Amino acid sequence: MSIVNTWFFPTRLAWRQLIHDRLKLAAATSGVLFACVLVFMQLGFKDALYASAASMPLKFDGDLFLIHQQSEAMWRPAQFERSELMRALGHPAVAEVAPLYLSLATFKALDTQVKRTLMVYGYDPDTDLLNVDAIKTRKRELRVKDTVLFDEYSRPEFGPVSNMLEAGQNRTEVNDYKVTILGVFQLGISFAADGNIVTSDLNFLRIFPNRNAEEIDVGVIRLQPGVFIPEIKEELRAHLNDFVKIYTYEEVLKHERLYWENAAPIGFIFNFGTIMGLIVGMVIVYQILFTEINNYRFEFATLKAMGYPHSYFIRMVFASAFILAILGFVPGLALSSSLYNLAESQIFIPMPMTFEKAFTVFVFILFMCTTAGFLAIHRLDSANPADMF
Amino acid sequence: MVIDVHNLNFSFGSGSLTQPVLKGIDLAIRKGEIVLMTGPSGSGKTTLLTIIGGLRQASNGSVVILGEQLVNSNEQTKVKIRRQTGYIFQQHNLLKSLTALQNVCMTLELQRDLTESERQYRAQQILAAVGLEDRMHYFPEALSGGQRQRVSIARALAGRPKIILADEPTASLDRQSGHDAVEILKQLAKELNTTILLVTHDYRILDIADRVVELEDGLVKAVEHQE
Ligand SMILES: Nc1ncnc2c1ncn2[C@@H]1O[C@H](COP(=O)(O)OP(=O)(O)OP(=O)(O)O)[C@@H](O)[C@H]1O
Ligand SMILES: [Mg+2]
Repeated sequence: MSIVNTWFFPTRLAWRQLIHDRLKLAAATSGVLFACVLVFMQLGFKDALYASAASMPLKFDGDLFLIHQQSEAMWRPAQFERSELMRALGHPAVAEVAPLYLSLATFKALDTQVKRTLMVYGYDPDTDLLNVDAIKTRKRELRVKDTVLFDEYSRPEFGPVSNMLEAGQNRTEVNDYKVTILGVFQLGISFAADGNIVTSDLNFLRIFPNRNAEEIDVGVIRLQPGVFIPEIKEELRAHLNDFVKIYTYEEVLKHERLYWENAAPIGFIFNFGTIMGLIVGMVIVYQILFTEINNYRFEFATLKAMGYPHSYFIRMVFASAFILAILGFVPGLALSSSLYNLAESQIFIPMPMTFEKAFTVFVFILFMCTTAGFLAIHRLDSANPADMF
Repeated sequence: MVIDVHNLNFSFGSGSLTQPVLKGIDLAIRKGEIVLMTGPSGSGKTTLLTIIGGLRQASNGSVVILGEQLVNSNEQTKVKIRRQTGYIFQQHNLLKSLTALQNVCMTLELQRDLTESERQYRAQQILAAVGLEDRMHYFPEALSGGQRQRVSIARALAGRPKIILADEPTASLDRQSGHDAVEILKQLAKELNTTILLVTHDYRILDIADRVVELEDGLVKAVEHQE
């Protein structure tokens, strides 16, 4: 009750003073809104890019994964012997194993003939290593020599592949090796590759003549149903050479994300953008609160003369900061949501507006406004009732 | 005694720039008394009023208001005195983003034992008493000077203070509305038995006083009894 009392009146007075000048309130609100949208976009892009970094491993259909310890990320794997993977078959809990080959290659655009780099995945189509329906339904055709499937979510620079396929134009070159595009699937691009193609293990070795079947990039292990995965993981690890790392599905996603979060300057760039947005917003809010206090200092002095304690005005300043935070955040959230949708349609990377993200940004904005409030309260000292009259 | 000032000295500035303003003030005012204070410009009237009202800190002599010593007092004591004092300023000093009614309520919001509807009721009553029942929801900028000053009288009286301190309340008003405002003040104060100390240059309103004191050169020069 006393909390209500101590905060209700200063908040109501702050509100009445803010809405008295609608134009100024609109200006103040748009300052917060601006910061809000800026932060939302920075966080949105950062999360989307991190998520896209793991878009391929996300589709992995397996329980445990073998990767060379020098493989920092999927796009630049170090190879290890296939026999390491085969050794896992000796464990009774292991149902099946399958090797995955991957490498960057140049792809000649169908329309412009310009060569650009994309990622090539090669695996036995019968193993269904990637849980993508458009690939699974074409495994029979993928067995045919020199055939590939193309990722529809690749950058548009590779040409309008879907349209050209419909028009019957399906021949191109990967690493200067002639292939036929059977059709398209949907996976999504990452920092490392502007596009993806999937082919069979045999075709992969044809496209990359200097690779051989015994040198694999990822080993995928499927376990018998019902076994406890972490336990099997520990048992298998004992049988593996030290240079091979074994990961669960979640760990392989995390490994991929962490690489981009730490090794690449991308995290820094977006964090920098976020902090700049918050600082700009804070300066705007500070400016508003400061002039507000300055304009109202006679009134504050009058209230002090009536017996209002100094703490009442401090609460008023923070209440104003809080109101501005809310008034800026609500439209900021709405605007950012639609900008997320717009961005999704432009960069082909999912940008969901999650509760978690909205909550994070709200906390940021609140922190920003409160800090501005802290900086502005010193101006209250100018409201000395004795010198006003 | 509601106001008991004894041998009060007060100076502005420090060191060689010290400028003595009050030089041994003695002033005692009884409960319910209406005292007018006059004196030349710069004689220290406003300064004395701000010390009595707990707005300015004095460090010399004795200023006992409602039994509290204000000389060298802490902030809490001063806030306590301010809450029992109604201030009427030369300028009306109303809050421009609040209506007349909301302005009056600001005094009552300091009294936490009142409910919101009691506050509204009392504010309406007092505004009606100063003749503003049809202007309650007006913002100050939409009121005339005399109306504003009546709102500030209502605001000062709404909390039923024990003391009213007024600093040239009629200075910005014409003869008639100045006299009306002070007449209302006197009438309401007498009903509530409120003590009033009113600074003025306006000789047209001397007739409302029980007593007139004159401040000159930092001293209470002459005490003149009416009748
Ligand atoms: N804040 C201040 N700092 C320094 N000197 C001040 C301050 N306030 C007032 N003075 C000085 O103190 C003296 C008394 O001022 P005060 O305002 O009390 O006079 P007053 O009697 O109210 O005059 P008036 O009738 O013009 O309102 C003046 O000489 C003034 O210059
Ligand atoms: Mg004065």
